[in-house]
Amino acid sequence: MDRRLSTKTKVILTLLVIIVVAFLLHLADKHMDAYKLRILNLIAIYGIMALSLNLINGITGIFSLGHAGFILIGAYTAALLTLSPEQKEMSFIIQPIVPWLAHLHTNFLFATLAGGLLAAFAAFLVGWPVLRLSGDYLAIASLGFAEVIRVVALNAISITNGPLGLKAIPEYTNVWWAYGWLLVTLLFIGSLVSSSYGRALKAIREDRIAAEEMGINVFKHQLLSFVVGGFFAGVSGSLYAHWLTTIDPRLTTLGPMLTFYILIMIVLGGLGSISGSLIGAALFAILVEWLRNLEEPFKLFGVIQTNGLPKGSRILVISAIFVAIMIFWQRGIMGRNEITWDNLYRWFSRLRRGEKNG
Amino acid sequence: MAKGEPLLVLDHVTMKFGGLVAVDDFTNEVREGEILGLIGPNGAGKTTVFNVVTGIYYPTSGRIIFDGIDITPLKPHQITHLGIARTFQNIRLFQDMTVLENVMVAQHHSISNPDGDRILKMNGKKPKMNGKFWFWRSVLKLGYMDMEKKMREEALNLLEKVGLASLAYEKASALPYGQQRKLEIARALATEPKIILLDEPAAGMNPKETEELMDFIKRIRDEFDLTVFLIEHDMKVVMGICERIIVMDYGRIISEGTAKEVQNDPKVIEAYLGKEWEVI
Repeated sequence: MDRRLSTKTKVILTLLVIIVVAFLLHLADKHMDAYKLRILNLIAIYGIMALSLNLINGITGIFSLGHAGFILIGAYTAALLTLSPEQKEMSFIIQPIVPWLAHLHTNFLFATLAGGLLAAFAAFLVGWPVLRLSGDYLAIASLGFAEVIRVVALNAISITNGPLGLKAIPEYTNVWWAYGWLLVTLLFIGSLVSSSYGRALKAIREDRIAAEEMGINVFKHQLLSFVVGGFFAGVSGSLYAHWLTTIDPRLTTLGPMLTFYILIMIVLGGLGSISGSLIGAALFAILVEWLRNLEEPFKLFGVIQTNGLPKGSRILVISAIFVAIMIFWQRGIMGRNEITWDNLYRWFSRLRRGEKNG
Repeated sequence: MAKGEPLLVLDHVTMKFGGLVAVDDFTNEVREGEILGLIGPNGAGKTTVFNVVTGIYYPTSGRIIFDGIDITPLKPHQITHLGIARTFQNIRLFQDMTVLENVMVAQHHSISNPDGDRILKMNGKKPKMNGKFWFWRSVLKLGYMDMEKKMREEALNLLEKVGLASLAYEKASALPYGQQRKLEIARALATEPKIILLDEPAAGMNPKETEELMDFIKRIRDEFDLTVFLIEHDMKVVMGICERIIVMDYGRIISEGTAKEVQNDPKVIEAYLGKEWEVI
């Protein structure tokens, strides 16, 4: 049985939710302490990263491990555009910055858009050769490309300031920018996935040959997904850079580690589920920070005083939690299901009918 | 095009995989409106013929002409756009998608196949795409919802015709085997083909299901104005519905004609049963 709400109802409900969430964010912005607010913003940034990778990995079924490369491009592009010329002159101590970049300066919105577009262009260039491969080979090749981008950032000193990275990036990323972009990402990717194009992408994931034989230009659709994913990865990179305020091309900040973190988020939430990606991103951001408490002295069960676990061991605890989650939800928390108005409506009506019968 | 005229022509098509000649100098045609059967022992190269026609493989040599267009160098998605649809021997549905979605995927080329349209225009035929820029229009929902609604209605309509309407919202993987075969045909029909290539449609079916399938194939041929080219092992199907039969063995055509002619051809008997003195 297919129970569906009218499009109008859904649009109104969506607008209502957006307004309520915006109001809650406004409250959070006013009353939360700075630390918690930073975590709140991180959730949105991770959310964009997870959504964009999920479009590539979960929906289209391209096992790409190059996401950090696109994020890095977005981060550097945007940061170089928002840093003031004086700041750039001060930062670049090994080699002076190339002249054409020294005086380039725009506001945060244009910088973010530029970061996204450049990352999308990189995705196009990388996707052209890489998408001719499949499976494990594609994963390794995309990982390699991301590393190439990182190593270039490490060595193109007159553009990126090399290993020193960019410092004193203005902390522009606030609740409104972070969640505004998350909303744009969510609407764009959600709209794409629920359209005929989304069906085509899923068909490619399910059976590439059959998709081709049903008249889908597989390569072009994969490239499309890669470029859209790349664009939003670049956007998230810009937000991330203006959240971190310091970026450098180390393995851990904008390198493969970041890709694997995002991969954990989307697998945890459910590969191929948009709502799952958001849940995964939020869970990851919150757990990683909240479990810092374990590394401080704390009282076990409120009685036994401990000195806390050794520094860094929260990662072990997180891993154990994730393993446990994956045992109970083998396809991630959401699987491939979505939280949509139709599904909620169906769920509620089933619940109500169940109550009447029992 | 009038009934009985060649719609799909294979002209000296040879397909080699390394040293193996899977299809050897295949020359024949499929005529508008007919039901043509392709039979032969296992490994005779029947599926390879389909794969070459639909563009999965480029033939090593030879040409394939469809509806006056040389489709030899074209890619699968372009060939589908021109009007050749197929099903697979080992069912290849989009398992994790619903029955309706499976059919709607096959309609996608009507809004996103400029490559195929280019070929149509180059050959002076009417392009099939409904407008341009559908990627942006579908993401930004600019006039897209009407298109979606139209596609949905057409898909449901098609499912109604093939008798799968009650299963429209089930996952394809949840369907019983016979229905999955039917869905494969429905999905192929959704591409609005002129010719449909069926690769062993009766494989794994019981006699009753086979009977139904035969009626079904005849019915869709008439209803959708189709030409049918099918591979089949089940002789009852082949003899029952095919108006003409091609027999292959070791990549070559060894016989051709009506069911009766083929049945009595000593070469065919030899291919299936071995030479007479071997049997005794």
